Amino acid sequence: MELSQMTALELSRNIRERKISVSDGVESVFAQIRKKEKKIHAYLDLFEEDAYKRAEQVQKGIAQGIYTGPLAGVPIAVKDNICIKGKKTTCASRILENFIPTYQAEVIDRLEQAGMILIGKTNMDEFAMGSTTETSAFGVTTNPWNTAHVPGGSSGGSCAAVAAGEAYMALGSDTGGSIRQPSAFCGVTGIKPTYGTVSRYGLVAYASSLDQIGPVGKNTEDCAALLQVIAGHDQKDSTSLRRELPKFGLTSGEDLKGMKFGVPEEYMAEGMEEGVRNTFLASLKLLEELGADVEFFSMKTTEYVIPAYYIIASAEASSNLERFDGVKYGFRAAEYKGLYDMYRKTRTQGFGKEVKRRIMLGSFVLSSGYYDAYYLKALKAKAIIKKEFDQAFEKYDVILAPVAPHTAPKLGESLKDPLAMYLGDIYTVAVNLCALPAISLPGGLDGRGLPVGFQMIGPCFGENTLIRAASAFENARGTFPSAEKGGIKI
Amino acid sequence: MKQYETVIGLEVHIELATKTKIFCGCSTEFGGEPNTHTCPVCAGMPGALPVLNRQVVEFALKAGIAANCQINQLCRFDRKNYFYPDNPQNYQISQLYLPVCHDGWIEIETSTGKKKIRIHEMHMEEDAGKLIHDEWEDCSLVDYNRSGVPLIEIVSEPDMRSAEEVISYLDKLRCMMQYLGVSDCKLQEGSMRADVNLSVCEAGSGVWGTRTEMKNLNSFKAITRAIEAERERQIELLEMGKPVIQETRRWDDNKESSRAMRSKEDARDYRYFPDPDLPPVHISDEWIQRIRNTQPELREEKQQRYQDELGLSDYDARVLTESAHLAALFEKTAELSQNPKKTAAWFMGEVLRLIKEYGTEPEKVCFSPKHLARLICMVEEKKVSPANAKKVFEHIFDEDTDPEAFVREHGLGIVQDADLLQRVLQKVLAENPGPLSELLGGKEKVFGFFVGQMMRELKGTASPEAVREALMEEIKKNRR
Amino acid sequence: MAKIIDDETMENVCLLAKLSLEGEEREAARAEMQKMLTYVEKLDQLDTEGTEPLSHIFGSENVFREDEIVNGNQKDAMLFHAPRTKDGQYHVPKTIG
Repeated sequence: MELSQMTALELSRNIRERKISVSDGVESVFAQIRKKEKKIHAYLDLFEEDAYKRAEQVQKGIAQGIYTGPLAGVPIAVKDNICIKGKKTTCASRILENFIPTYQAEVIDRLEQAGMILIGKTNMDEFAMGSTTETSAFGVTTNPWNTAHVPGGSSGGSCAAVAAGEAYMALGSDTGGSIRQPSAFCGVTGIKPTYGTVSRYGLVAYASSLDQIGPVGKNTEDCAALLQVIAGHDQKDSTSLRRELPKFGLTSGEDLKGMKFGVPEEYMAEGMEEGVRNTFLASLKLLEELGADVEFFSMKTTEYVIPAYYIIASAEASSNLERFDGVKYGFRAAEYKGLYDMYRKTRTQGFGKEVKRRIMLGSFVLSSGYYDAYYLKALKAKAIIKKEFDQAFEKYDVILAPVAPHTAPKLGESLKDPLAMYLGDIYTVAVNLCALPAISLPGGLDGRGLPVGFQMIGPCFGENTLIRAASAFENARGTFPSAEKGGIKI
Repeated sequence: MKQYETVIGLEVHIELATKTKIFCGCSTEFGGEPNTHTCPVCAGMPGALPVLNRQVVEFALKAGIAANCQINQLCRFDRKNYFYPDNPQNYQISQLYLPVCHDGWIEIETSTGKKKIRIHEMHMEEDAGKLIHDEWEDCSLVDYNRSGVPLIEIVSEPDMRSAEEVISYLDKLRCMMQYLGVSDCKLQEGSMRADVNLSVCEAGSGVWGTRTEMKNLNSFKAITRAIEAERERQIELLEMGKPVIQETRRWDDNKESSRAMRSKEDARDYRYFPDPDLPPVHISDEWIQRIRNTQPELREEKQQRYQDELGLSDYDARVLTESAHLAALFEKTAELSQNPKKTAAWFMGEVLRLIKEYGTEPEKVCFSPKHLARLICMVEEKKVSPANAKKVFEHIFDEDTDPEAFVREHGLGIVQDADLLQRVLQKVLAENPGPLSELLGGKEKVFGFFVGQMMRELKGTASPEAVREALMEEIKKNRR
Repeated sequence: MAKIIDDETMENVCLLAKLSLEGEEREAARAEMQKMLTYVEKLDQLDTEGTEPLSHIFGSENVFREDEIVNGNQKDAMLFHAPRTKDGQYHVPKTIG
């Protein structure tokens, strides 16, 4: 089998069985990058020289029995809002254009301990604010399925890289759907873990109470393996939880007899593209054929999730982004008169439109006289939304949903109407608000040949249930074509 | 002439004496080279996250309990958002909605008697960095060593009515915090900072005036001057029919005046919201009880105990308990010497004298209690004369010398050697034949002369009593 | 009825966020914020009477660190990033007060 067709776990197994070398894997990735990257532009920075050096080191380490894990030797791409020591971390923003951290994220330490190879930093929406990767200050990323379309966002670069064979796996971050939606648009698999499962230390914060780093890969098993590598308590992150870690290896293709799946009726409302609707309903049927109980139920809080999300996320973002002021690091305006002018010019020139928009909205909803009506109100709505999900999970093991009401839009379409773009987050944001885990995996293709994603949402700490259900679904669904049309074996 | 009442409330910031900062493991040590006690957390780097220092909560609880406050058993941190270079994240992590303590009181005593000053609330927060204004280049320089140092802010109700009451309150707070070991509370070093909120109103009107806030008050004298000046300034405005504007004013002690710290860009809308990076803090009943049980004796109790149990005077007890450190030193010494009254005399006398002479502070005094205790016993045992003991003590104070060894090495002990006494006596008598006959003739003045001569020969190592006795014996002998 | 985002509000928000928007950009931002705020007013329809605001979903246990010095001198690493330094400190335009 061709290297590029292997899953990450297969690659690592072949490496550890001495059938191929670590460098072979790295070479296959860079070969693909040479072929595709000009068109795709998934990466903002590539570490070719370092990657080969590291490959040698990992090769030795495997021989010496240092790296024995299931992902040893696997090349991985990292979203550019996750700090890697000594490498530029820009968050796709001009304000961090040349920022090189002298410290790194906890998750990067864990990737290194697992013997993985860092390939480069991937493109994203600026500061993770966006749904198409078009708000990046350094150019757009295109969808490997059809380069006239967006890959989704904000982890568009990570998902496009995996879909195009430019990486075996990637790390993304998800605040309102930023792993799940681009995974769906790019026909790959992505997991947003329960809040607190993966350390946020070294992840440049967007909305602190909603952000989580998560895996992107070719299938559920790969993602589950990567999740196990990066998950776990970190004392540098006060919101990091001590909990039982998600397992992989649950992919026994077992049936789903006795499992109860719920689908919120409100998710089936108008506005869903036909291709998405058909794929979704077909996916439900598939689950039923596996013995699952699938049922529709009402989630009355559905219409409130987007307003609550945007108020909370913008508010936290407006505060988290205050540190970018030209004093300690990053961009500083070339000309200014006095301190406050320096602040204003630096931030106005350094931040893009979408980021400025959200900072202003966030500042407003926290401001004197409006805090109660907006921010506090949103926190109360969050409590009610969470309660409804908790009640749903008393009845259902998993909640099912589409990932987005449509497949990948064409480049240049979405930014014209920001509000419309926000409304596309209807199926993803509640998961972040309620700290729940969720997985997005390929369901089918629409009439234009673009991937349609299928989302499974679990109760807090329910990753194992999700992994099991997703695996079973994958097995039943069968081989999903890759953007290369070579077919991804599952 | 209208009578005006001054209404004053204080916001006092106290730097806690923890080893590390509130949210990271950097040292809080004062005086390091700029930016040598920093890390991604306290320097506001992207991706850095705060983790709360348990000791900060412990100290805040000790302070709150000592000040008779109610404890919020669920308290939280909030972000206070404002842009300034000494604030690396451009938000300060503080507590607004659920501070650790609230509704307490402290009793003060002034010339008009005792009074309770109520405490509105007490909360934990992080300090900002230091800004220096570079005179040469018309710019400012920022040092983040102090950024993240833990503070508690104590907000009083506007219960004070005079500068005297304010000073008494601050002094009481300072003493309390020192006794608790929670802070060294030095206004001049910035480990205690006071902002004064002041308004005036017509006496008896019941209508409170607009208040102003004053900052940059670095000594008790400055505070007194600032209060008096601001009162005058506000009264003058009101007398002229002008309004007092609510604003923050910066006191300049050199000019003895204040000016408004107004800035167009200074929004003063802090947009407080709960910090999502820090989970709430749960303070259990057990924790509170443990603190109550292990709370050290505070000044008032100690003062009383010194009078009741150790028999010290009111005055001595007050002076000795002014500094927690000195009181501890005194107690240990008294315990070892088993003679509290004598020990008190030494402290009130020599210790305080040397502190003044050396220009040092009670907190910096560091001789070993066992050394002074031994010295006191040696005087009681007549092993050294009081005069020599004072000399020895100077060495104890300065270098913590062992008194036994020192006395031995320098021959300062009182000699019990009768032979030596006789030899010296005879020597002195032989050297002074003239006065000798006058002595035998009964002249008292000459007696003193001979005592002096002998003491000089003996280098003060004999007790005056022994010398007198020997001389008396000699006179008796010769008279016969 | 949604809050009307007028010039004064924009001015204030820009002051708080330390941004300077001019002309067309400012007008576009104002219009978008207005649209967004009108949309989020939807939340008013949700009855939140008697509901406590939920700020932290987890957080039922204390998370502390011990008072031990673990960080050494990281001055070079921290100042490495600074746009402008002088005498081992961050150099900024003169501050008032």
